[in-house]
Amino acid sequence: MTAREVILGRLRAALGEPRPAPAEVPRDYRPAGTAAADLDLLVDRLTDYRATVHRCAGAGVARIVDAVLGGRQVVVPPGLPGHWLPGTVVAVPDDDLPPERIAAADGVVTAAAVAVAETGTILLDGAPDQGRRIITLLPDVHLCVVRADQVVAAVPDALARVTPHRPLTWISGPSATSDIELNRVEGVHGPRNLHVIIVD
Amino acid sequence: MTRTFLGMPATAPRGVGHLRGEEPFPAAARRALVDAQLRRNLRHATTTIRGKSGAVIGEVPDWQELRAAARAIKTDTMARLPELLEQLEAAVTAAGGTVHWAADAVEANRIVTDLVGAAGADRVMKVKSMATQEIGLNEALEAAGIEPVETDLAELIVQLGDDRPSHILVPAIHRNRAEIREIFLRAMPGVDPTLTDEPAVLAAAARRHLRETFLSTRVAVSGANFAVAETGTLAVVESEGNGRMCLTLPETLITVMGIEKVVPTWRDLEVFLQLLPRASTGERMNPYTSMWTGVTPGDGPQAFHLVLLDNGRSAVLADEVGRQALHCIRCSACLNVCPVYERAGGHAYGSVYPGPIGAVLSPQLTGVADNASLPYASSLCGACYDACPVMIDIPSILVHLRGQAPHPRAEATAMAAAAYTMDHPALYAAAQRAARLSRLAGPRGRGLPPPLSGWTASRDLPEPPPQTFREWWAQR
Amino acid sequence: MRIALFVTCLADTLFPEAAKATVGLLERLGHEVVFPEDQTCCGQMHVNTGYPDEALRLVRRHVRVFAPYDVVVAPSGSCVGSVRHQHAAVARRAGDERLAAQAEDAGRRTYELSEFLVDVLGVTDVGAYYPHRVTYHPTCHSLRMLRVGERPLRLLRAVRGLELVELPQAEQCCGFGGTFAVKNADTSTAMLADKMRNVLATRADVCTAGDASCLMHIGGGLSRLRTGVRTVHLAEILASTERSETVGERQRLGVRP
Repeated sequence: MTAREVILGRLRAALGEPRPAPAEVPRDYRPAGTAAADLDLLVDRLTDYRATVHRCAGAGVARIVDAVLGGRQVVVPPGLPGHWLPGTVVAVPDDDLPPERIAAADGVVTAAAVAVAETGTILLDGAPDQGRRIITLLPDVHLCVVRADQVVAAVPDALARVTPHRPLTWISGPSATSDIELNRVEGVHGPRNLHVIIVD
Repeated sequence: MTRTFLGMPATAPRGVGHLRGEEPFPAAARRALVDAQLRRNLRHATTTIRGKSGAVIGEVPDWQELRAAARAIKTDTMARLPELLEQLEAAVTAAGGTVHWAADAVEANRIVTDLVGAAGADRVMKVKSMATQEIGLNEALEAAGIEPVETDLAELIVQLGDDRPSHILVPAIHRNRAEIREIFLRAMPGVDPTLTDEPAVLAAAARRHLRETFLSTRVAVSGANFAVAETGTLAVVESEGNGRMCLTLPETLITVMGIEKVVPTWRDLEVFLQLLPRASTGERMNPYTSMWTGVTPGDGPQAFHLVLLDNGRSAVLADEVGRQALHCIRCSACLNVCPVYERAGGHAYGSVYPGPIGAVLSPQLTGVADNASLPYASSLCGACYDACPVMIDIPSILVHLRGQAPHPRAEATAMAAAAYTMDHPALYAAAQRAARLSRLAGPRGRGLPPPLSGWTASRDLPEPPPQTFREWWAQR
Repeated sequence: MRIALFVTCLADTLFPEAAKATVGLLERLGHEVVFPEDQTCCGQMHVNTGYPDEALRLVRRHVRVFAPYDVVVAPSGSCVGSVRHQHAAVARRAGDERLAAQAEDAGRRTYELSEFLVDVLGVTDVGAYYPHRVTYHPTCHSLRMLRVGERPLRLLRAVRGLELVELPQAEQCCGFGGTFAVKNADTSTAMLADKMRNVLATRADVCTAGDASCLMHIGGGLSRLRTGVRTVHLAEILASTERSETVGERQRLGVRP
């Protein structure tokens, strides 16, 4: 008999007959679509968790990237809009770069899939303008560009917008820990600097 | 091994893993209570987290509705657990993962050890996981010549300090910054000898220490916070980025997950992702949450193994009252509000699951007789029930498990006699009069024998009144 | 209104003043109080110590004794909590659905004193006079099982002469927990030490609460340390008037350890 059969048999025996009735789930909480996205709230939440927030019009992205990463090596996912990158950065396109090469870069610039205002969260789903998970993990500066129409109000809205069939990374501020005396300290293994550019 | 009887819910086996303490709770607590530094560290940490958590929960207008939904989702999950696990298995397999089933800790350890061996690795990096602590995976790996490296900061502190975890979320909660600095100076290879005890400096030291490990280790072992039956998606909620490292960089990822972690639908995550961080670290959202479904070509590990662990959970499920302990999402809010935990600390519970949830979960996983003192490690104040984001009625389970605990013979005799007496008003009145003789026990009861001397060691007994209420009423 | 007093075994045996005060208060407010003499103990100690089988006969007795009464009042949040939240479960565990239904019905008719005064009688000023500095400890079962909330404080604020001082970390358990205080005496004492520290920090003369059990615990600690701070049940404060305060009451309180 396999462990699978043993476990499933145990569980069925544990539940007995008749089975406990399936419970109705009361979803009286705020569902997706309850509120409109509040950009100011997103800014407030991101800032509260030590992300640096920039706001600009579409043409202004390159200027901010230059201010943050000018003169430095920047990993670039394959689908990143070219006009986001200023000539001042040393672009390192991710064509399956080895981890050591990514780790040696100073920063990374990506788009996002969704941003959640209420929690100050950005979601990456691995689309071509965001790239593989590894590129936003090893460099010490992550600069993420969020379009205003990608901002949603709350967590249920975000889950409704993404698909589980892509790897998802939810990011709320720079890498942090609460492991020393339960106080939040920024800067452990992930990028220690998170910049978010909100394009209005 | 107990794999002979199909359909008999089984408790976790002895001799493996960390679910049983070496001494009863009162004895272990007694030692902890005299450790002034421990008391200070725990008070500081739990007070901090209570304040933070309360503030961010206060921002959520529908917190109670989310709790109610979470409870219902978990109740529904338990009622359909076998089918949901089969659905999860099918979804993970379809997405390129491999699912393994482990009836107990021994099987799970063997499965993981074999997988690491098959990958040709002699080192694994680990994301903090209660399930792998529960089964003693690190010891099993070491016995097989495989080095496990804990990458979570608190786990690293515990591992380097040759210590035991004492909290679900922050295993090193019993250590303060000064102690952590000393551990790093003593045990972290190549550490900067001018290290200070600034938390940011300590965190940076851990970053340097583990970077090379992350880049060069080919197998990682993780736990899981949630697994979605409908889609086969796994989720790991973390803060530091060590989780992302382990889930992204290696060639092979092995996830060990208690079978109760499954949730039915993708949408259900919208409930738990709102509840967990606020109840746990007191954040609106934890810094990083990773979700993956099987294998993604060209991105992350190209081999994914999911180990589904029973190890006593079927026995918990068999208890209609106690099964809600399986609803736990390991946020540790109940620890942070528990006055007993705050004073006695996590080690006193013996098991890797400390605090109120541990006091109901550990005895059920092992059988109450093996953790008989834990259901009594509570004053039943109820703070845990109020704090629990999935509304587990811990006090009621504690009381329920006390009914299953083996009782000292003298106590059982006294309790039966008391119940008999109280069921006979004349005897009861006579006993009340006799209680007045407690004056004979010396001034304020100081001459009482054990176990009653437990009271009078620190508290006076009240002076018996000259007249009971019913005597007064009768004369009125 | 005709009110059946559920005295609780602890108040009956060790703290009759709290029970007498409950009677006096309710009568002063114009109600008839009866005392069903066949009542003994609700069985909470048995249930909470792990003896539900032994508790069953006490649950059965309690339900039977109080069946004839429309309104039952007890000067204890904990015992009312047991009646409301444990009795039916004890009956169900024994497979006695009929008893469980009766227990649920009894639970609906049973009130803790402050609940009864504020919710049923609709009074917060009971005409009491108590010229002392008082702090209030919200006992766990009143607070979290019954959710009495602000009711006791509203009653205390209306007492003439009473100076109410807020207890720091009031919602923390005092460490009593029934047999917990004996089985885990060290942890219980550590909790009590913090509770006493907070009580003493208020510089109150009196610590009050709605449960004689927690007051016995806190009072036992305060007495052991000779702090001079008294524990007095909420009912005794609410029953005090200028008359009782100037004669017997003050004298009695003065001599209590």
